[in-house]
Amino acid sequence: MTATATATTTSAAARSRGGAAALGGLLGGGFTGFVLRRVLGAVVTLFVLSVVIYAVFYVAPGDVAQITCGPRCSPAQVQQVSEQLKLDDPIHVRYLDFLRGVLVGHDYSTGTSVLHCDAPCLGLSYQTDQQVTELILNKVPVTASLAIGAMVLWLILGVGTGVLSAWRRGRPTERVLTALTLAGTATPVFVIGLLLMILVCGKLQWLPFPQYVPFTDDPQQWAWNLLLPWVSLALIEAAKYARLTRSSMLETLAEDHVRTFRAYGVRERSIVGRHALRGALAPVIALSANDFGSMFGGALLTETLFGLPGLGRELVQAVRVVDLPVVVGMVLVTGFFVVLANAVADVLYAVADRRVVLS
Amino acid sequence: MSLVEVEDLGVEFGAVRAVDSVSFTLAPGAALGLVGESGSGKSTVASALLGLHRDTGARVTGSVRVGGVDVAAAGDDELRRLRGGVAAMVFQDPLSALDPYFAVGDQIAEVHRAHSGVSRRAARARAVDVLGRVGIPDAARRARSRPHEFSGGMRQRALIAMALACEPDLLIADEPTTALDVTVQAQILDLLHALREETGMGLLLVTHDVGVAAESVDDVLVMRDGRVVERGGVAQVLGAPREAYTRELLSAVPRVEGSGSGPVPGSGTSSGSGSDSGSGSAAGADDGVGDGGGVGDGGGGGGGDAEGVVDARRAEGVVGDVVVEAEGLRRVFGRGRRAFTAVDGVSLTVRAGETLGVVGESGSGKTTLGRMLVGLLEPTAGQLRHGGAEKPGKGAAPGVQMVFQDPVSSLNPRRSVGESIADPLRARGDRDGDAIRARVRDLMQRVGLDPAHYDRYPHEFSGGQRQRVGIARALAAEPRLIVCDEPVSALDVTTQAQVTALLAELQRELGLALVFVAHDLAVVRQVSDRVAVMRNGRIVEQGPVDEVYGAPQDPYTRQLLAAVPALDPAVAAERRAARAAGAHAVREDGGAAGKELAAA
Repeated sequence: MTATATATTTSAAARSRGGAAALGGLLGGGFTGFVLRRVLGAVVTLFVLSVVIYAVFYVAPGDVAQITCGPRCSPAQVQQVSEQLKLDDPIHVRYLDFLRGVLVGHDYSTGTSVLHCDAPCLGLSYQTDQQVTELILNKVPVTASLAIGAMVLWLILGVGTGVLSAWRRGRPTERVLTALTLAGTATPVFVIGLLLMILVCGKLQWLPFPQYVPFTDDPQQWAWNLLLPWVSLALIEAAKYARLTRSSMLETLAEDHVRTFRAYGVRERSIVGRHALRGALAPVIALSANDFGSMFGGALLTETLFGLPGLGRELVQAVRVVDLPVVVGMVLVTGFFVVLANAVADVLYAVADRRVVLS
Repeated sequence: MSLVEVEDLGVEFGAVRAVDSVSFTLAPGAALGLVGESGSGKSTVASALLGLHRDTGARVTGSVRVGGVDVAAAGDDELRRLRGGVAAMVFQDPLSALDPYFAVGDQIAEVHRAHSGVSRRAARARAVDVLGRVGIPDAARRARSRPHEFSGGMRQRALIAMALACEPDLLIADEPTTALDVTVQAQILDLLHALREETGMGLLLVTHDVGVAAESVDDVLVMRDGRVVERGGVAQVLGAPREAYTRELLSAVPRVEGSGSGPVPGSGTSSGSGSDSGSGSAAGADDGVGDGGGVGDGGGGGGGDAEGVVDARRAEGVVGDVVVEAEGLRRVFGRGRRAFTAVDGVSLTVRAGETLGVVGESGSGKTTLGRMLVGLLEPTAGQLRHGGAEKPGKGAAPGVQMVFQDPVSSLNPRRSVGESIADPLRARGDRDGDAIRARVRDLMQRVGLDPAHYDRYPHEFSGGQRQRVGIARALAAEPRLIVCDEPVSALDVTTQAQVTALLAELQRELGLALVFVAHDLAVVRQVSDRVAVMRNGRIVEQGPVDEVYGAPQDPYTRQLLAAVPALDPAVAAERRAARAAGAHAVREDGGAAGKELAAA
């Protein structure tokens, strides 16, 4: 009975091990090898991303020099801008120039003086001449504050709700929770955010209208101001996580090993909270990694709504005026966080389930 | 007072009455076997003893008292104390019955703590203690392993340890050895026996395997369709059954002893007109094997037992040309340090009209060998000749087909069975739709299926019927050799007998060569002319079936044969004593665990 199954899994495992072994041999096994492989993968991913973005903007319509210079520029001025930004160079030359900046830094002449931009130099903004690296580094804390805080909240809320509704399946509690999560999934963030803001900041005046205060300046004000954006974002995301956790829990609860603990008189609380939850966490980890990564490019609505000067707002601004260096920089940073979050998720998998071997 | 009192128990799942007015009692320290085929309700009864049907939507009637507790009326806390504390259950599949995320020792400790309320540290110590008692070597270290790091036998030992940890009065074992190899099965049954003698706990053993029951219990309850058919002492019920169904069940059990074997339905498909009392209703159990329209349109209707057929075939010289010849076949999976040799230098020959049985335990390489013979796997080394010619290139060999173990997963659930049977025809280039349909109907008839069921889907068929579909599909492309990989191990014994009979009949009619890969020594003896015993990728013994079984030369073959449960309780007890005395008893568990660790 087990013979076929064993043989098949053995051969499948053997095959996948063969592939992994080849790469593992190249980079060393174990955790160090895993990190090295991930770093290499991230570098390749980011490289491909930058190429694609350059290509996209090259073929996109619109006269960049004209847009950058402004509507009232004379053709001569436009020509000057074009030369200054080296827009007339072939795309591959411009791209190599960009790569050199990232690797070794870059010197820009502004007519009278020379502006040095250290590696990793992502170039200067067409619009403001500001260094893109600096620009992004200024914005990352805002978005990171938003993303991390919201994620902590939505994980607690979402997983908690999911566990509760799986435990209370078929009872009134579950029905209420299901209705709530459905409503949450169906509501856009700007509706909830706006309603909360009108209610909490406007009518009740419990919280100030959000205004970003850096954590390093005043942690309490930082949290106080970010509370509303966190809650708005978390409510929406939590609904998704609640549904995922619930269905995943129900699946685990139907497994044989859960039956074993029931048959041995272990309390339902411990069965649900220990055994079923542990088995149900894998998809939650996977989704969190993706969501966390994409928050860096996609928290635009929340940032705009609450007036937070984060990456999302900056990106939209830059796309509108074809500020290529800024766009490329933004996309690369977002990509970096997605890759990072997924790598962390892989480590968490392996910690949660010893059968998973990092490879 | 009885340990278990079940009176007029009934369990309904919706409209299905799974258990119907079952009553029995079990005295403290006694052992009772619940024997029956799948769907007979035996596991449902076992679950009812622990109140496991509570909150599942099942309707339970009648009364169940375990250790003086009325299971239906007990409060949640009382029921929790009963589960594990009074009666502990050992489940069939020890891999899925343990939580993959926690160390085995921690799981046992958790269960122990649920009943004793001792400290974590004390519970851990207890877990190590019981793991040691069930024969896990180096228990303190192994307690920290996850279930996947254990071999099948060790997992089952761990589950038994979990039961022991709570010192129950009753052990309920639900098919405790079904997923295990025969030598490991013998070890587990011996362990249960020894623990019972040591602790004096009662045993309720649920099994489909009459032999397992014969080894382990004092009394037997034979169940069918939710009802008790026969009950009594194990020697009486198995030795001199009163009921027709019990006799039928026993006669369908393949015997490893050979010529004294029970009658085998010669033509499992000639329902109602079988050659012995068993086969008629046996075919009935495999419901819906066409009515009257038997397989034997070519004259196979008469029947006669399988052994006779084999002899006749030999006498007539039907055994003919060499169909497949393998020389020094080797197959290695993986590379470098992780390389694992599944098949290591196997040579064999199969002739037309003959059946070669390949028998071995899990991991012996028998399935890999079967797949290489069909061409599903390329040999790493060695030669494979089909009908005298080297197999051209890669891919499936012409004229060779395969019947798979699991008739459920080897059929596409979204294609009608007729289409599935037609696949090999289309694959070889047939394009005429009407001709294909006619041929498929013909094939369905031949294997005992109603051709009118062409457009039905696999889930509408029983297990035995699905395996017939698999056989029809294998026949479609007119092969000269069919490799059957565990074709009957997923089937009940009565259905098993019908399917093996069908294979024998088709072989006789079509002069097929068969390679019959199985772990069940008795089934292999029943169907094979010659047999090859495999271990660790090598054939340790090969020869005519009577010689290998009658006078085994290799110690491993002897060990395998000694581990097969005997149907006679007296013989079973004798063998158990012999095994206990035998110092050469191989510690399979330790070895297998080492292998798994190495592979991990």
